[in-house]
Formats: sequence, C-alpha cells, structure tokens
Amino acid sequence: MRLALDLFTIVAVTLGAIFFLAGTVGLLRFPDTLTRLHALTKADNLGLGLVVLGLLPQATAPLGWIGLIAVWLLALLSGATVGQLLAEAVRPPEWDQTRTPDAPPVGHPNAPEASSHD
Amino acid sequence: MTSALVVDAALVLLVLGLALWITAARAAYGAAVGFVAYGLLLTLVWVRLAAVDVAMTEAALGSGLTGLLLLGAAARLAPYEADEHRRRPGTVLRVLVGVLCAAIAAGLAAVVLLLPDPAPSQALAVAAHLPATGLGNPVTGVLMAYRAVDTLLESVVLVPALIGVWSLSTEMGWGGRPGFLTPCRSGSALPLLARVLPPFGILVGIHLVWAGADDPGGKFQGAAVLAAMWILVMVAGLREPPPVSDRLMRFLLVVGPLCFIGIGAAGIRLAGAFLAYPEAYAKPLILAIEAGLTISVTAVLGLLLAGPPVPEPQYQRQSRRRS
Repeated sequence: MRLALDLFTIVAVTLGAIFFLAGTVGLLRFPDTLTRLHALTKADNLGLGLVVLGLLPQATAPLGWIGLIAVWLLALLSGATVGQLLAEAVRPPEWDQTRTPDAPPVGHPNAPEASSHD
Repeated sequence: MTSALVVDAALVLLVLGLALWITAARAAYGAAVGFVAYGLLLTLVWVRLAAVDVAMTEAALGSGLTGLLLLGAAARLAPYEADEHRRRPGTVLRVLVGVLCAAIAAGLAAVVLLLPDPAPSQALAVAAHLPATGLGNPVTGVLMAYRAVDTLLESVVLVPALIGVWSLSTEMGWGGRPGFLTPCRSGSALPLLARVLPPFGILVGIHLVWAGADDPGGKFQGAAVLAAMWILVMVAGLREPPPVSDRLMRFLLVVGPLCFIGIGAAGIRLAGAFLAYPEAYAKPLILAIEAGLTISVTAVLGLLLAGPPVPEPQYQRQSRRRS
C-alpha cells in the first residue's frame, strides 16, 4: 500500500512537472501575450493541481490535506484573476468595436452605468 | 546530500544571475519586476538556510510590498526615463561608483569569510533563557525581549517614513485622500477577487501574528498580508483610502508604537529597566505589543502604498477616468 501511494506521488508530481515545463516553453515560445497567458495559466492550474494531488498521500490527514488543497484553490483564484486582468490590459481596441455598438455588454467600460462603482 | 547540493548551487547561480540582470537592466520597470522575482528566490534561499521567519519577511515585505513600491515608482518615473538615459553620468563617476560597490561587496565577503569557526553566537544563551518569556519561537523572543529596542525603533521608523511620503503632497492636497491607488476599470475581474480573497487573507494574517509566539511568523509578516488585503480592496475601488486628516486613522498609525513605549516605560518601575517585562506577565505583555504593532504596521504599509494625498477634485477625476 505504501509503495503504491509512493508510486502515485511520483507519477502525479512528474506529470505536474511536465505541465510546468510545457507551460514555460509556451511562455517563451508562443507568439503573443494572450497565447502566452494561456500557457502560463495551464501550468498553474493543472501543473500545481497534479503536484498537490501527488503530495496528498504524503501529507498528514486532515490538516495537511486541507492546507495543500487550499494552496491550490488560492493559486487557481489568483491565477484566473491575474490572467483576466492581463488579457484585459493587452486586448486590442478593435475587438471592442466588432461588438454591437449601441448595446455594450454589462460591465463594459463604455456601458452607461459603468461609472458608478461602489 | 548531493541532490541538495545541486539545488543549492542552482539557487545561488539563479540569484547571482538575476542580480546581475537587474543591475544591467535599462528600463526601471523591468528592473522592478526582476527585483520581485529576486525576492522570491531569496525567500527560497532563506528556507534552505532553515530561517523560515526571515523567509516569510522577505516574501511579504522585501519582495511583495517593496516590489509594489518600486513598480509604482517606475510607473511614475517612466515619462522622464528617456531624458535620464540621455544624461548618463560620465565615465569617471561610473567607474568610481563601480569601485565603491565592489569595495563594499569585498568588505562584506571578507567579514563573512574571516569569521572564527565556530562563529560567535548567543544562540545557546537565548535558548536557555527563552522559557522566561513564555514564548516558543526564539526569533520572536529575541525581537521582543533581548533586542526590544531595535524592534521598537524599527516600528517607530515606519511613521516618519509615512510622514515623508505625505510630505510629497502639494499644498492644496493636504488633508485629502491618498492618490496613488486609482481604482481599476469597472467590469474587470479585480473587484471579484477583492470580495472573495480578503476573508482568507485576514484569517491568514491574524494567524501569522498569533502563531508568531511559538512558530515562524509574527507581526510584520501578518501585517504585510493584512495590508495587502486592504490595498486589494482599495485598488478594486470597493473602498476609498481614508483622508490623511482622519483622526481615527492617525490614532491607529501610532497606537502600536505608543503601546510599546508605554509598556516599556512601565518596565522601569515594575522590572527595573526600560523595555523589561515583569516575568509573570511577560507573555501577555508581548502579545499586547504585537497586537498593537500589527494594527499600526498594517495601517502604515497600506498608506505608504496609497501615496501622498491629492486635492479632492483631482481624486474624483482620477477615479472617474479609470471607471
């Protein structure tokens, strides 16, 4: 049983490391910011997820498990938000003009009520 | 043993390489981004050296908050940067600066390399007397009991630092709200993060302060996390920074140092020396000081990043332009 769990750890962490490697290669080689962000967030989400999954059998239950999973969830949350913010910052302006000009989507910078933030 | 050596060697090479890259970087913004990564690498180095308290301080303050301050400064200096590059200093000055920097590095290296082996240390004396403080974390014990004057000064010095930032305000801006953190555009993902993350962040920050008595952690690390949550809420536009004339906020800025000085002065009567604790109450007193300092350090760090106050009309204009 111990051996099987150790093997599981090795396999899952290795898979996670491969995702990090692929994400890094993508970050360096992809042509523009949006595709690079895609590579980066994949590494964060799946790579870190697999590393955490692989480390679960090695951690003490239940506090260690909760801690590891909380780390992954928080990384997911911040990764998704930062990805959105960066994508928003580099989005070419002509993308906005292809939308129907008279009805901008809710929360859009040009939406009528957008100036009132609480 | 050898695999640990390989990791350590790789870390050292990365730190040195990144340090060279930051020094050589032309653009201030790139150098500031490199500085944040450099801080994270240093954090790993401190963890490898088993100095977890220092590692957490480096991650939270050295890399996180200082990095944010530098990024803000780089963004503000960007319009003048091309001008600055044209007026680069002469060869003599640059050689002089290089020689002086090399002399400092060589001096530090000599001091470290010429230490007697084993290095002189008070660690055993601290460990022997730690039970008297009621604390389990020797780092907190040293900071709050044996080197309390240092800790007092480094918590007091934050207040003059903030006064320095506020002094950059124009005369019309005095009494207004700090103007560096203009809220993000509405409809961005940041307000969601600023609503979801603070409950966890505040919990982690308070936990770091509380756990600091017996485990790695402490007021500076905890306060940095708390301040980060406050800044997140301000940048997301959910709350405005308080005006610098706000009495309650000014009280919170100094309550920690006042508490520290008050308890320290009481020590003259009760324990025979400034900043000495009566032995029976050492731990509760230290916890009270840590709690007060946490509040003050959080407020100072948040307001340092919020910048000097600007006149109210300008503040409103900045907020509107972004939204």
